[in-house]
Amino acid sequence: MNLEDLAEIAERSAEAEKSQRHCVRVCMAASCQSSGAGAVLEGLRQHAKQDADGGVHVKPVGCMGLCSAGPLVSVDATETKTDVMYKDVTPDDTGDLYASLGGAPLERLRCPTDIPFFACQQRIVLKNSGIIDPEHLDDYIAAGGYSSLVRAVTELTPADVLREVKQSGLRGRGGGGYPAGLKWSTVAMSPEPHKFVICNADEGDPGAFMDRAVLESDPHRVLEGMALAGYAIGAEHAYVYIRAEYPLAVERLKKAIKQATKKGLLGRRISDTTFNFEIEIRLGAGAFVCGEETALMASIQGLRGQPRPRPPYPAEEGLWECPTLINNVETLANIPSILDRGGDWFKGIGTETSTGTKVFALAGRIANSGLIEVPMGIRLREIVEQIGGGIPDGRRFKAVQTGGPSGGCLPEQHLDMPVEYDTLRSAGSIMGSGGMIVMDETSSMVDVARYFMEFCMTESCGKCVPCRAGTVQMHGLLDKIAEGLATQADLDLLEELCDVVQATSLCGLGQTAPNPVLSTLRYFRHEYDEKLRPESERMPRLPVVTGDN
Amino acid sequence: MPGPPVTTSTGVKVRVVTLKINEHDIGARETDSILDVAQANHIRIPSLCFLEGLSTWGACRLCVVEIEGYPRPVSACSTTVSEGMVITTHSDRLKRYRRTILELLFAERNHVCSVCVSNGHCELQDLAAECGMDHVRVPYRNQPYAVDSTHEMYRVDHNRCVLCTRCVRVCDEIEGAHTWDVMGRGIECQVITDLNQPWGDSSSCTSCGKCVQVCPTGALVKKGTAAGEMEKHDEFLPYLAQMRGNR
Repeated sequence: MNLEDLAEIAERSAEAEKSQRHCVRVCMAASCQSSGAGAVLEGLRQHAKQDADGGVHVKPVGCMGLCSAGPLVSVDATETKTDVMYKDVTPDDTGDLYASLGGAPLERLRCPTDIPFFACQQRIVLKNSGIIDPEHLDDYIAAGGYSSLVRAVTELTPADVLREVKQSGLRGRGGGGYPAGLKWSTVAMSPEPHKFVICNADEGDPGAFMDRAVLESDPHRVLEGMALAGYAIGAEHAYVYIRAEYPLAVERLKKAIKQATKKGLLGRRISDTTFNFEIEIRLGAGAFVCGEETALMASIQGLRGQPRPRPPYPAEEGLWECPTLINNVETLANIPSILDRGGDWFKGIGTETSTGTKVFALAGRIANSGLIEVPMGIRLREIVEQIGGGIPDGRRFKAVQTGGPSGGCLPEQHLDMPVEYDTLRSAGSIMGSGGMIVMDETSSMVDVARYFMEFCMTESCGKCVPCRAGTVQMHGLLDKIAEGLATQADLDLLEELCDVVQATSLCGLGQTAPNPVLSTLRYFRHEYDEKLRPESERMPRLPVVTGDN
Repeated sequence: MPGPPVTTSTGVKVRVVTLKINEHDIGARETDSILDVAQANHIRIPSLCFLEGLSTWGACRLCVVEIEGYPRPVSACSTTVSEGMVITTHSDRLKRYRRTILELLFAERNHVCSVCVSNGHCELQDLAAECGMDHVRVPYRNQPYAVDSTHEMYRVDHNRCVLCTRCVRVCDEIEGAHTWDVMGRGIECQVITDLNQPWGDSSSCTSCGKCVQVCPTGALVKKGTAAGEMEKHDEFLPYLAQMRGNR
C-alpha cells in the first residue's frame, strides 16, 4: 500500500457513492444496539432489497453522539447533500422512513441537527464516528484514513513525527494530562532494542464510555495512531489492553487488525519499508486497577494485576522490563489528525496549556446524555446548559462530577470555569478520562461520596495498607454519616483518613480515592453537618461481635 | 557533583552520590535505596513488608519519607537515592501517617497480643510501640478468619496476617517452591497455599519453614508453641540471597 493505492481506494468509494441516491446510516454502537438498532437496520435493509429502483445504501455506522435519543438514523441525499437525522426509530417506523426518502422528511421522528448539542461540537477524534462503517476498512481509507501512516513511513523520519506530536501540545487523555510528546521522546531516546506500545482501553470509570465509543465507531483510527507511535519511538510490537466487558469493541478491533494486516497497513514491511508493526489484543478480566499503567503491564505479562512503585516509569522499564509507551485510546486517536494537519493546527484549538479537543460522556440528570467532543477551554456551563440541554423536569442544577472515582464534584459557582487540566485540578477535581455526571438538587452529596468510596473499596487491589484498609474504614464512616449515626468526631476521623490515604497510597487509585469525599466536603460541607448528631447524643458503642455470628 | 565511579564486587561500575537525611550529610551508591542508605547510617526508618534478601514490595507504606521538591511522600524501600536529595524521615506528619497506618492494620484483623504465640517477638507489636500507637481510633472490623492447622509442623492463622507477602516472596525467590500466593482483592485478600488447598495437602510445599521464619507476626507459626514462645530467625536470609546471586 502506498499513497496512490490509498487514493485509488478513496476514488472508487467516491464513485460508488455517486451512483447511490441516498445513504441511510444506522447507528450500531452499543447504546443504540441495546435499544433496538439491529432490528431497525434489518428492516431498512429489507426495504432496500425490495425496492425496484435501488440506489439506496443502508449502512451500519458508529456512535452519532445523542445516545439518549437512540436508535438514531441519519439520511443523506447524495445529490442535494442534505442531512436529516431521526431519533427513537423503531422497526415499525422503517416503512414510513424508507417511503420518505427523496420526499419531505418524516417530521414525527425528526431530530433537529442545528441544536447546540451538535452545533457547539468540534470533532477530531469523533470525525468519522457515525459516518463511516467501522467494519469496513475502505470506508476509513476513503475518509483519509491511513494516509498519515503511509506518508510518515515513506516520507518522514521518526524524528519528524515526534516533532509534530511535541508541537501539538497534546496531553494524555487518560486522566493525568502528561504531555504526550515528552513521553514519546523519553521512550524514543532509549537505546534498548526492544520497545513496546500499549493502548490503554481499560476504561472503567462509572459513567464513562468515550473509549468504547471510539473503538466501536472508528477502530482503525486508534490502530493508525498506535502504528505512528511505534514508528516514532522505534517499537515493533504493541498491545491493546481492553476490558472484556466491551465485547462489541473487541470484536470490531479484532476485525480491524485483521483487515489492516491483510492490506499491508499493519504487520511486516508496512508500505514496502523496513517498518514492522504488530498489534495484539489483551482482554482485561474486570479489575479497575488494571487501568493503572504498572498494573496493566503486570496483567499483560500474565501476573496478578497490581501496581508497583514508580519510578522506574514504564518509559524506562515497562513491559518485560523494556521501554514501553502507554497511551490512552483517545490520545492515540488524535495522532492521525495531528500528522495529517500538523501540530500547529492542533495547537490552535483549545487553550494554551490544554490544546485540542476533549471527548466527554455526558450522563446523569441531563436532557441530552451522550457523547460529545468539544474544544478545550469551553465553559462547563456551555456543556451543561447548552450542549446538554440543561436539567430535565424543571429541577435545579447542583453539581457536575468529573473524573470518575478519582475526580470531584464541582458546584454551580464553578460552572463558568474553562475546562482545562489545570483549572479543574485547582478546583479540586480532575479532567479524568472524560466522564461527566450531572446531578440535580435531589442528589445527596454524602450518598455520592459514599457511592464512589464503595467503588474504590471494591476495586482496591489489596496490595498497600492505606488503600486496602483505609477505603474500608472511610466507607464505613460515610455509611454512618449517611444514616445519621455519626458525630463530629467521626467526620474529623474521616478527614484524617482522607489525608493519610491520599498521601501514602502506592498507586493512583488509592491516592485519588479520597477526592470525591474531599471535593464534596469542600463545596457541600453543610450536607455532612446536617447529618451529624450532637456529641451529647453520641451512640453507645456497639457490642463487639466475635466468632462466627 | 557525582563522585568517581566505584567498582562493586560484581564488577559493575557504580557512581557515588551525596545526599542529606535528617540534616546529616551522607554519601551513598546511586543504586541503593533510601532505606538501605538510612540503615547503613544508623538512621532507623520503620518498615514492615521490607526484608533484606527479598525483592522490594513497597506495600506497607510505613517507610514513607519526605523528599524536598517531591509532591508526596515516597516509600524509602523502593526509591533509589540521587545526588543532592534532601530527605526527612521523622516529621510530625510522617509520624502521624505511620500511626494511622498501624491503626488501620490493627483494626483490619484480629491482633490481640495477649493471646498470641508471637507476643513479645512480633514486628507489628514492636512497630506499634516504636511509633507510639497506643490506641486505635478506627472501629475494629471483627471479621473472623480461618486457621489452617493441616500442615504437620506449621500453622497459618489468617486473623494475624498483615499481607506483607514475605512468605510469598521467600517461597518463590529463595526456596523456589512458590507454594504461597495471594487470592482475592481489596479487603478480601488472603494468602493461600497452592490453589487455596489446605496447607497439609500442598504438593509443592517442601516444609522448609522459611515462610514461618520471615513472617513478622503470629500468622505463620510452628505448632506446639504457646503464647509468647514463638521466636523467629530470619538471619539466614541475606546469606542465602547472596549465595543465589543477590536477587
